[in-house]
Amino acid sequence: MNAQAPVTAKPSGAKRALRFVLPVIVFAAGLLAWELVVRIKDIPPYVLPAPSVIFLTLIKDWAVLSQSLAATLLTTLEGFVAASIGGIALALLFNQSKWVEASLFPYAVVLQVTPVIAIAPLLLIYLEQQTAVVVCAFIVAFFPVLSNTTLGLNSVDRNLAGLFQLYGASPQQTLRFLKLPSALPYILGGLRIAGGLSLIGAVVAEIAAGTAGAGSGLAYRIAESGYRLNIPRMFAALLLLSLAGIVIYGVLALVSHLALRRWHESALGKDN
Amino acid sequence: MSSVKTPAGVETGLTALAVSVRGVTKAYDNGVMALGPLDLAVRKGEFISLLGPSGCGKSTALRLIAELSAPSSGIVRLVRHESKAQPGHIQPGHFQRGHGIGFVFQEPTLMPWTSVRENVRLPLKLAGVPKAEARARADEALASVGLADFAEAFPRELSGGMKMRVSLARALVTDPDILLMDEPFAALDEITRFRLNDDLLTLWRRLGKTVIFVTHSVFESVYLSQRVVVMTARPGRIQADIRIETVEPRGEEFRTSVAYSDYCRKVSAALAPSYAGQSTL
Repeated sequence: MNAQAPVTAKPSGAKRALRFVLPVIVFAAGLLAWELVVRIKDIPPYVLPAPSVIFLTLIKDWAVLSQSLAATLLTTLEGFVAASIGGIALALLFNQSKWVEASLFPYAVVLQVTPVIAIAPLLLIYLEQQTAVVVCAFIVAFFPVLSNTTLGLNSVDRNLAGLFQLYGASPQQTLRFLKLPSALPYILGGLRIAGGLSLIGAVVAEIAAGTAGAGSGLAYRIAESGYRLNIPRMFAALLLLSLAGIVIYGVLALVSHLALRRWHESALGKDN
Repeated sequence: MSSVKTPAGVETGLTALAVSVRGVTKAYDNGVMALGPLDLAVRKGEFISLLGPSGCGKSTALRLIAELSAPSSGIVRLVRHESKAQPGHIQPGHFQRGHGIGFVFQEPTLMPWTSVRENVRLPLKLAGVPKAEARARADEALASVGLADFAEAFPRELSGGMKMRVSLARALVTDPDILLMDEPFAALDEITRFRLNDDLLTLWRRLGKTVIFVTHSVFESVYLSQRVVVMTARPGRIQADIRIETVEPRGEEFRTSVAYSDYCRKVSAALAPSYAGQSTL
């Protein structure tokens, strides 16, 4: 192994670099082709804006767009935090009592399978707009946290559970020192899904609310720009939404990696 | 009374029972009888093996003694020896030294998310022993199994044999009267198993614990124990109770001696009826 390590290290390092460089090349080539097509065919910006125009719009409208970005991110964060706390708390409750689980789980499923875009207009009638948007983000995001945490809490090693029993661990100790650490990889997996979903929930609710009136989020900006045929700004807002989604995913993946890197298979290198 | 007992000291204390199992049965939920009726008396400081084919209920017996499951009928009694507790040492909230049992599972059963030291400290942490003292005792237990340098390592960084040593250290950290071991070395290669057998005997001689060791290896049971209890399957019953007597301490000479192979033959012969009529296996 040791003798081979320097030999194998170089190709794997090059491969890793390629893995990073290739998507960037594809991205650059795509942008270039887009730019060329728009310029050569002389397509007007209200039909299809060139990447350069989108970029300039992003800079020009930054004051408006950054405010919208902040609003959407705040909604997403609130929905995410609510979904995380709600999902984990409900899973813990389910774990304490089979009867509570049996009584409530079907409704969690109903909430999950009903399309949130259909619930949003109703929520907007009964709740204040900002609250309704956060509730939408919560509804979409909480289920993966709930189901993953439940799965994790039920996946405790039987022998370890026996060991805790043998040493007379209290229910609180078992939860803190055994069940939660065992469930951590599952919980983090749930949170990673929930991060992206709470952004989607926030956007859906903003679009539903946008047609109703006052709004300030990025999705509202997209809807509004659509009515005004301000296509470059639609693209710019969309770009920001994508970037926000990527950053949310990246941050959560990083947190998950840092928390699990020393012990969990998912965070370890493939060859050890 | 000294807490360090030699095996010779056991021979004199004939009446000191550590474990008493009387008329114990265990039936599964579907009514199938898994074990018993079983009668077993283990003296303090004794090293006994429960030997039998898989499915003979030897692990079930061990779990009953550990009170990890309840017998369908009969009595399991663990005799606690007050003399071992050090007066004045026990403070409120402390785990009482010399109280209870240590259990070593077939798998190392370590928590993968934390260090070796934290794994060994677990029983003390659950008992509310102050952190500094618990850490010191965990390190002491790790040193006794030869893993003093690996306290900071994570379980996945260790070999199978080392994981088993950590598991053993964890079972010893509470200084239990009785050590229950459920086929602890079954998954290890033979060389590692021999080393761990020798180390276990050394520990037993030094600490004077009562050990109940479940195994399906004739050679291992004869090498390690003072008594080999041979069990038969369906339902699990005691077939023979064979005393192994040789010059202590045991070592490589015993493993290669004629007496050792004679004992192995005798134990194998006692084991044979439990396989009779099981052609389906």
